Amino acid sequence: MTARTLYRNARLLDPSRHLDVQGNLLVLDGRIVDAGAHVFVDAVQDDARVVDCTGLCLAPGLIDMRVTSGEPGNDHLETLATLSHAAAAGGVTTVVCLPNTAPVIDDVALLHFIERRAADTALVSILSYAAATRGTEGVQMSEIGLLHTAGAQGFTDGARTIGNARVMRQLLGYATAFGAMVIQHAELPDLVGDGVMNEGETATRLGLAGIPAEAEVMMVERDLRLVAMTGGRYHVSRVSTGATLDAISGAKAAGLPVTCDTAPPYFALAEDAVHDYRTFSKLSPPLRSDADRRAVLAGIADGTIDAIVSDHCPRDQDSKRLPFDQAAHGAVGLETLLVITLEAVHNGSLDMLPALSCLTCTPARILGLETGTLAPGSPADLVIFDADSAGRVDAAKFHSKCKNSPFDGRPVQGRVVKTIRGGCLIYDALDGGVRHARTRRDA
Amino acid sequence: MPRPYSSGLMMRDPSEPVATGRNRRLAHLLGIEGLDRGTITELLTSSDRFVDCNRSEDKKLGTLRGRTLINLFFENSTRTRTSFELAGKRLGADVINMSVGSSSIKKGETLIDTAMTLNAMHPDVLVVRHASSGSVHLLAEKVNCSVINAGDGTHEHPTQALLDALTIRRNLERGLEGLVVAICGDIAHSRVARSNIHLLAIMGARVRVVAPPTLVPAGLDRLGIEIYHDMTRGLAGADIVMMLRLQTERMSAGLVPSLREYYRFYGLTYEKLEYAKPNALIMHPGPMNRGVEIDSEVADDIDRSVIRQQVEMGVAVRMACLTALAGSG
Repeated sequence: MTARTLYRNARLLDPSRHLDVQGNLLVLDGRIVDAGAHVFVDAVQDDARVVDCTGLCLAPGLIDMRVTSGEPGNDHLETLATLSHAAAAGGVTTVVCLPNTAPVIDDVALLHFIERRAADTALVSILSYAAATRGTEGVQMSEIGLLHTAGAQGFTDGARTIGNARVMRQLLGYATAFGAMVIQHAELPDLVGDGVMNEGETATRLGLAGIPAEAEVMMVERDLRLVAMTGGRYHVSRVSTGATLDAISGAKAAGLPVTCDTAPPYFALAEDAVHDYRTFSKLSPPLRSDADRRAVLAGIADGTIDAIVSDHCPRDQDSKRLPFDQAAHGAVGLETLLVITLEAVHNGSLDMLPALSCLTCTPARILGLETGTLAPGSPADLVIFDADSAGRVDAAKFHSKCKNSPFDGRPVQGRVVKTIRGGCLIYDALDGGVRHARTRRDA
Repeated sequence: MPRPYSSGLMMRDPSEPVATGRNRRLAHLLGIEGLDRGTITELLTSSDRFVDCNRSEDKKLGTLRGRTLINLFFENSTRTRTSFELAGKRLGADVINMSVGSSSIKKGETLIDTAMTLNAMHPDVLVVRHASSGSVHLLAEKVNCSVINAGDGTHEHPTQALLDALTIRRNLERGLEGLVVAICGDIAHSRVARSNIHLLAIMGARVRVVAPPTLVPAGLDRLGIEIYHDMTRGLAGADIVMMLRLQTERMSAGLVPSLREYYRFYGLTYEKLEYAKPNALIMHPGPMNRGVEIDSEVADDIDRSVIRQQVEMGVAVRMACLTALAGSG
């Protein structure tokens, strides 16, 4: 049986082909047949379902390179199922999970466990990184080759920095044998110390221990030397300072195999969001100065930043309703990833296609995925969104089990209307929200 | 439900009927930052009256009769807790002391649970000290009674700044406006320094900070003060020299090489004091490390040191604050 679906009269946005036109998109058996102004199907004759997208944008489903799952080990924070619901509601069709679960994903069997659980319970594609070092202890390299072969998308110690230069050198060098990517949380541990927010006037006024912005760039600069030594594939996750972007931009110009990402808080918020000891704004790396915030936006605009990640990090009330220095860091982000990025488009800081590129085709290229594009033959992972409808972020309505968003209550412009994965409707804002049954064909 | 926090001193809803001529009453005293000159002056003037009362034979007033004050101290303190206890008792309130040793926080109860538990007992004022900056704000959001910050982490210690201001005001006729005040020592880890910097700036004094670079927090220059690393230059022409306690942990953290080196460059001695104005007052929030940040003789100099007066003023200032928060009239 063939199932055709025509998405009619949408603003087609495909950054992989620099396409921004009004037109139609045809899906057949879960794959894109074609997209453009020229695509037309006689609905009656060809027995195709028609989805009217008038006034809406249609783009590749978002690819989120960095999320934290509670499963295994902390199912009360997030399961792979609830994670996928949050993703679907945010227009995200592929997520890559960090290995810092309990237990840490540093073994092939655990990687297989995630894969099976995801296949059984999740609505979106769930991929995994594996720990770069055993137990993310930063001492002994994990089984890079075996894990890579088993499908690990890259190697990282999650929210821990790979601080030991010798270990990092070995990782980068060894990983070249498999073409595997090493992902760094770049903060020089000695300079972070017991710091809990960005160092500067705000921290001094609040009496909170600061983390200097230099801690980030110093770690990246060290790593870039090691990349030059080893030729290892290196990715910096959540760049938060302008100085780091200068270093990365220089490394890219020199031809080093380096990429990086950032997350919406780092271009939509600055350290003053911590005012009043708001623990939902306690992140790692910390929110920086307004100058750094603007530098991050500029880095997205000029292409130094390759990807925008949600850095989704579910935390419960018990770990946030504490004095600031004792509270856990991290924020949920899957359900605000697109709207906060659109905010930068609406206020003129970013253009639509480059912004979407960071959410679709560029992370797909970094990870080697065939999604993230509307090109003919690609899997029909799609997001349909209204770029203009005004509303507010309402964390209480999040599908994630945790509501720790620094954006709660923020006025936003734009919302996800439908999310489609492999041709199946998995989220429909107008009709019942998340689709728990994955078998249903597109409506 | 959570009240917006915009200043160190929260005001009760102005629409609430209050018995006095003033249309607003203080809800909490969480910090000096955000207070205005009028409020501070009012508190100091009120404190003056309590100084006289404390010096008289019958010290007991009935202002807070029937009120309950709980001293909730998560950090060890003798003088501040005693000072609040005396202040409460002299005003006629029932005073309960809870300290960390006997508190269930050791058994894993969270700060908010502790606050809610105490709140259920209907205290009128909670006086709180805690090692984490901002913890007193967090607690104040959850309880129905008034909260006084008796020191939160390295953030603020508002009653200390008020008692310092009262001490200065009573010693120097001209008041605080235009005074040159040198605050010396471990600024980075001092809540006393932060509260004093805010208060003195609000009252129009010129504030200088004297400290080694490792004990000056980043961005401090943005608070409208002058920073000196050479103590003799920092003290030049100063009306007031405020010394801060140096915690010995700073040595192990590598911020200062040794006590003797610290004393040599940042300890207050008669030689360094020469640079200040001839009658400059010497202050210290206590407890002192004699021979570390201050020479023993200087500390005991009855002509210059007002360190014991500060302790006396502490009780009066706390009586004024308690009255402002919990008094009916």
